[in-house]
Amino acid sequence: MDNPQDTKKSYQDYIDKKSPNSPIIKNCFNAFWVGGLICMIGQIINAFCKYKGLDTQIAGTIVSIILIGISAFLTGLNIFNKIGKFAGAGSLIPITGFANSIVSPAMEYKSEGYVMGVGAKMFTVAGPVLVYGISSSVLVGIIYFIFR
Amino acid sequence: MQEFLQSINYMQLLYAFIVGGIICIIGQILIDKTKLTPARILVIYVTAGAILGGLGIYQYLVDFAGAGATVPLTGFGYNLAKGAKEAVDQYGFVGAFIGGTKAAAGGIAAAVFFGYIASLISKPKMKKQ
Repeated sequence: MDNPQDTKKSYQDYIDKKSPNSPIIKNCFNAFWVGGLICMIGQIINAFCKYKGLDTQIAGTIVSIILIGISAFLTGLNIFNKIGKFAGAGSLIPITGFANSIVSPAMEYKSEGYVMGVGAKMFTVAGPVLVYGISSSVLVGIIYFIFR
Repeated sequence: MQEFLQSINYMQLLYAFIVGGIICIIGQILIDKTKLTPARILVIYVTAGAILGGLGIYQYLVDFAGAGATVPLTGFGYNLAKGAKEAVDQYGFVGAFIGGTKAAAGGIAAAVFFGYIASLISKPKMKKQ
């Protein structure tokens, strides 16, 4: 019998050989314009908030809330995954990817119940992001406190 | 509405598009050229944003590109770090623990709330074999 590891490796070699060299250029182009577009939508929402007289901090928060809300529901409707397949990092890197990373596993593990399924799996990816993000911010604050 | 359209800084829109796009290209190269999982890339981005934000470097990018710098996940890290520094100015040492999460509270709460609601209304799709 073939060792499954070997099979996996030869399959990977096969994929590497078969897949054309160009997709990285195409992927980067798609990531660029989709990611740029999402940021531009954010900038328009931001400009509207400023126009309504809100301060920078609140305007930024509203931009995040709206983009997160939209992408959460697009994920729930299975639309975001299609965008993600096309855009790659273009939809992963903006805050939309953070929302998607919450809804996707939650949907998948819904059958395991609402507490340990949805409630726990929501944080498969978002958890690490919050752990490292918040921990670094605490470190930044402490270092800033010492050296300011 | 007319007045709003006139108030938009269209150069800033362009900068947001270009800078946001470039930040995403870097992520795409990481996906294609390394074996990093998306989760690791998001963690790297948020941590990098917090460090660059803490050093005050990311602020220049935010001033230049607005949402082009704040919407990518590096901006989330920047926001956390900026909040921590501002809270230290205001409350002293304890601010380091308050500021970050406080500044990002809206985004975190929205992500949890909308994420939960969206998961509830979604129909689990059949796994393709």
